[in-house]
Amino acid sequence: MSTPEQKYAPGTHPDLPPPFASTGPIKWIRENLFSSPANVTMTFLAIYALYLILPGAFSWAFSDATFVAEDRNECRALNSGACWAFIAQRWQLFTFGFYPPDERWRVVLAFVLLILVVIALLWENCPARKPLLILACVFPFLATWLLLGGFGLEKVSTDQFGGFMLTIVIGVTGIALSLPIGILLALGRQSNLPIIKYACVAFIEFIRGVPLITLLFVASTMLSYFLPPGTNFNLLLRVLIMVTLFASAYMAEVIRGGLQAIPKGQTEAADAMGLKYWQSMRLIVLPQALKISIPGIVNTFIGLYKDTTLVIVIGLLDPLGIGQASLADTKWQGLSSEVYLFVAIFFFISCFAMARYSLYLERKLDTGYKR
Amino acid sequence: MNEEATQERVTHTLGDIAIKIREMHKWYGQFHVLKDINLDVQNGERIVVCGPSGSGKSTMIRCINRLEEHQRGDIIVDGVELTNDLKNIEAVRREVGMVFQHFNLFPHLTVMENCTLAPIWVRKMPKAEAEETAMKYLERVKIPEQAHKYPGQLSGGQQQRVAIARSLCMNPKIMLFDEPTSALDPEMIKEVLDVMIELAREGMTMICVTHEMGFAKTVANRVIFMDEGQIIEQNEPEEFFNNPQNERTQLFLSQILQH
Ligand SMILES: Nc1ncnc2c1ncn2[C@@H]1O[C@H](COP(=O)(O)OP(=O)(O)OP(=O)(O)O)[C@@H](O)[C@H]1O
Ligand SMILES: [Mg+2]
Repeated sequence: MSTPEQKYAPGTHPDLPPPFASTGPIKWIRENLFSSPANVTMTFLAIYALYLILPGAFSWAFSDATFVAEDRNECRALNSGACWAFIAQRWQLFTFGFYPPDERWRVVLAFVLLILVVIALLWENCPARKPLLILACVFPFLATWLLLGGFGLEKVSTDQFGGFMLTIVIGVTGIALSLPIGILLALGRQSNLPIIKYACVAFIEFIRGVPLITLLFVASTMLSYFLPPGTNFNLLLRVLIMVTLFASAYMAEVIRGGLQAIPKGQTEAADAMGLKYWQSMRLIVLPQALKISIPGIVNTFIGLYKDTTLVIVIGLLDPLGIGQASLADTKWQGLSSEVYLFVAIFFFISCFAMARYSLYLERKLDTGYKR
Repeated sequence: MNEEATQERVTHTLGDIAIKIREMHKWYGQFHVLKDINLDVQNGERIVVCGPSGSGKSTMIRCINRLEEHQRGDIIVDGVELTNDLKNIEAVRREVGMVFQHFNLFPHLTVMENCTLAPIWVRKMPKAEAEETAMKYLERVKIPEQAHKYPGQLSGGQQQRVAIARSLCMNPKIMLFDEPTSALDPEMIKEVLDVMIELAREGMTMICVTHEMGFAKTVANRVIFMDEGQIIEQNEPEEFFNNPQNERTQLFLSQILQH
């Protein structure tokens, strides 16, 4: 059998473009949308559903919406869609609660610093990471000072906190504290020392077995019975403690799952090399256990963040609380869709960002040892 | 500096006791797993331990660096008695390296980080020096080019050689091997055994649980046979293989030499 003659001398064959439709968007569409009859049907059904929903939603939210108006009736007279004028007039209340208007720059500054700190903590190649990490260490004190005042700034009472700002204060504190406390609880639960072990088990099981609302009620009312009379213990602080403890108990169980997935050989190797208990936990076990637990950890974070809306039951005005109060205004009655959609978008953006970051982190930490 | 070096050479001359085990017993719950173990290991001595599965070989060598706790008797390693005192345990572990059947490399660290971890955190060695040492030992086990890969990207034989290099980086006086080749494919066994033979030539004190009888014949000063938690027989390899005294040893040898 004769082989066909080669068109090019060996080593001189040019790089040709791939055949049509084997790469790029056309390939993607063919493989993902039209690969089988069932897939084709699903694609068309999905397009039809979008056709039914999207135009209506779009005109309600944008083309038929009113952005400037004095009250509900003016809105209705101007156009048939959403009345964003309401939100436009109240967004400051939604953002800052009742924080004194002249002092709001402090909240904004604290928020900007928070963003910088978060970027530095989460992004390893961030420019100027070193100074930002130092900032991260002092940030808790700095933020407390900025928000509460004192030492040269006008004092602001925590009663005046509200809106998204309150959500972020509770959410960020809870997230930042529940991870380390959860780690300690999870390690404690595995301890050989019975006292530590059973204290951790009792704590976790008690907190997990009680609804968060109950804990918040305890924080707002019953604590004053337990504490010596005359102690005036800030309500927001009590809420922060309860939310943190609640999230820590869940976190501990998520991390315990991760710890159990680490083979015993890892600690044995670390022991055999002479590493101390805390060294082997910090350098060997926790990095691996936390990596496995990322989905569960972020899940707990997201749950905690959304649970901050429960503080409404003890009278703190989070965005939903502000929304309800605003809806009671006779000038703007009947605009609950706009208010709840607005608040929902805020929560969705925060939570979606956490979810995406967790996916990125999982991919980054994958060193290919899952065979 | 000079003085230290001479001192080290003196303690390493054969004849000094590296490990001394006296009337040692261990139980797992009700189960009497090690019974009256007596063993002296001299510096520079190479000992191979064999015996049927479940006879307590792993448990015995894991008692030497206190991965398992013994309940009766004494174990003295390099002049330090193993008790509940954490100081003693740490002192022993600094001087005793261990290689496991399943390598137990740290999968989230690169090969280089695996090797420098203990020198940096336990010996407080500066990072640059630790990396230099690590490179030296990685070259000795013939995989310097893999230093920046993760363990998951290496073959089994390469992983086990990294594990050996990782132990050597602590500059141990004694090395324990627990079936270092039994999780490996045949073609990889040789590359690991070669490294171990070289180590033996250099005078390392070694206790090695293995069923590689060729290895035992090449390097061992003494072969120990264990069964049901006891040391049944020990002898020089020549005598041990050609002229086993105990009938259980004979049975065991006839079984493994059949293959
Ligand atoms: N953690 C434990 N708890 C209870 N029993 C154990 C434990 N570890 C080992 N054993 C038992 O102790 C005995 C000795 O185990 P060991 O691992 O030392 O055997 P071995 O000689 O190393 O066997 P192999 O050749 O299979 O590795 C076995 O019967 C085993 O079932
Ligand atoms: Mg074993």
